[in-house]
Amino acid sequence: MIQQVADPAVEVHDLTVTYHKKPVLWDIDLTLPKGSIIGIIGPNGAGKSTLIKAMMNLVPHGSGYVRIFNQDIDDVRDKISYVPQKESVDWDFPASVMDVVLMGRYARLGLFKRPRKADKEVALDCLRKVGMEAYKSRQISQLSGGQQQRVFLARALAQEAEIYFMDEPFAGVDAATEKAIIDLLREMSEKGKTVIVIHHDIQSALEYFNWIVLLNMRLVASGPTGQTLVPALLEETYGGKLPLLAEVGNLMQKTEFTGRDKR
Amino acid sequence: MEQLWEFLSFSEPNIRYVTFGSILLCSSAAVVGSFIFLKKKALVGDAVAHSVLPGVCLGFILAGNKNPFILVSGAFLTGWLSLVIIDYISAKSKIKEDTAIGLILSVFFGIGILLLTYIQHTGNAAQSGLDHFLFGKAAAMVSSDLNVFTGIAFMLIIAVVLFFKEFTLISFDVDFARTIGFPVKRLELVLTTLTVLAIVAGIQAIGVVLMAAILITPAAAARFWTNNLKKMVFLAASFGGFSGLAGAFISYAAPAMPTGPWIVMVISVVALFSFFFAPGKGIVMKFISRRKIENKMRDENILKLLFQLGQQDGNYYQQRSIEDILAKRPFKPKQLITGLERLRSQGFLENGSGRWKFTSAGQKKGARMVKLHRLWEVYLTRYLRIASDHVHEDAETIEHIITPDLEAKLEKLLEYPAKDPHQSDIPYL
Repeated sequence: MIQQVADPAVEVHDLTVTYHKKPVLWDIDLTLPKGSIIGIIGPNGAGKSTLIKAMMNLVPHGSGYVRIFNQDIDDVRDKISYVPQKESVDWDFPASVMDVVLMGRYARLGLFKRPRKADKEVALDCLRKVGMEAYKSRQISQLSGGQQQRVFLARALAQEAEIYFMDEPFAGVDAATEKAIIDLLREMSEKGKTVIVIHHDIQSALEYFNWIVLLNMRLVASGPTGQTLVPALLEETYGGKLPLLAEVGNLMQKTEFTGRDKR
Repeated sequence: MEQLWEFLSFSEPNIRYVTFGSILLCSSAAVVGSFIFLKKKALVGDAVAHSVLPGVCLGFILAGNKNPFILVSGAFLTGWLSLVIIDYISAKSKIKEDTAIGLILSVFFGIGILLLTYIQHTGNAAQSGLDHFLFGKAAAMVSSDLNVFTGIAFMLIIAVVLFFKEFTLISFDVDFARTIGFPVKRLELVLTTLTVLAIVAGIQAIGVVLMAAILITPAAAARFWTNNLKKMVFLAASFGGFSGLAGAFISYAAPAMPTGPWIVMVISVVALFSFFFAPGKGIVMKFISRRKIENKMRDENILKLLFQLGQQDGNYYQQRSIEDILAKRPFKPKQLITGLERLRSQGFLENGSGRWKFTSAGQKKGARMVKLHRLWEVYLTRYLRIASDHVHEDAETIEHIITPDLEAKLEKLLEYPAKDPHQSDIPYL
């Protein structure tokens, strides 16, 4: 069940990504519709983070290409927003909540320019949207997991982007934050923004997303939620890796086989 | 003392230059080092510092004298080369970064010492003083050296001010910086270059062996005092500058001493002081605030106890001796007496002929503690299904933490129960 769409937000064409010569994503070929809330679902080690990082050109592509809004990624950087896993940064960094949200304005500011008053107002407005206005001067190390996630979300909102990539925004947050986040995502999607979310929980995925990508090192399904979140496809996704595929992957690592790498 | 005055009066122009130079060198290194500290690359700084030695020696061999331009260029070259090799080894082989750093540091420094020994045996008269590059000698800097080194230091500070926002972002969240299209590779290249330059500028005043300390220690010390990055960098620069000043003075007062170790001593004392005494983070301050909490808990326990005794006898304002209190609960007598005295000075207790009794404010506070204790017991039995004979210990701690806000929530949630799980009355005001 791999459904392609016309005029996609993201087009991934025959993408293979290798890590130390070993393929972690095999021939991913998919298109994602504009204005949807898209869930990427799969077991641990399925390559979900790698896929969205590859979509943003953060990891080198072995083969294949990615286009966003039918353009090269570097030409649409100002339309892209990334919400990394909150564990990926050091929350002990000497910065306040406001400092972090203002980073969302850096792309617009460009190099060497300081945030202006207008940027601070946008940042404050975004903090209000995630219910963190009262915490703007708080040192980031004093935040709870849910609050950290809200700060990252506010930073993403401050970017005023068209497409949002979020790596497990619901992981380790309280119920109130989860609700606040999903409300916000719906509001964004109503405004025509595309939101791509890595998610773990199949139960809530049914309710949250209108498009689902099932992934386990290879693409199992990509399509509307009703047609993809079905027992047969879920079993295929979670039923383990394909033994033959894994064996070939190991062989490529061992023999330093470079045929698939462009560089 | 006289020496200190002579030094501080800056009567001799050379003292002026050297002092000014040392301050600037150390503070510029501390400014650049702040970002190395935040990027957790302290060891890389050490490796580069050791790796500039062969460059200095090669520069000398080529030039035949201590031309600062050529020495600096040589130092810059090998410092840079060491970084490139460390990156290459950790990216392309199974060797991890820490191992690569250890390898490169020792190999480069080893080559440096070999070259230095070779130069010392050539009999070239110009080589005298070259060994100062190992441990530093601020007073040995002449004006041509100073021009080069302070020029570099000025450039470093200006560069960090210019790139402040960019360096902050790549230190905090490098993937995010990439997604918004910042030239991350080039920015890291700039930061690396600044690091090498900061080290190169300091080799004569501080020496290659200890240069990493002046790069990292001021930032580590400053981090204890503030959570604001701008303030942290400024503080690091001040700490660095202060140690530079101290180093320059010592270099004059005791010409036989190398400067580097002294500068490191001074900055280490600053760091140690921060470690112990910085508010909020220093361990002495932490200890003091823990003591405060312990005292608060003990005082609240005394009030609670007096209230319980009053409830028992039906008279809250009866005078009680220390023995009466100790009979009910075994406090340490000394701690009990200081607690009672403190409560009296705060207006919660009165003392008449060695016996203690509540003021009305004290009675109220005692009642509140008893109420919180019993409410928490009710909460535990109802909501956590804990047996009523297991709830006391937990309530003993929690009663001291509950804020008025939580207190109101607790009362509402439990609907103002009249009795605790042990059938004692819960006092409401």
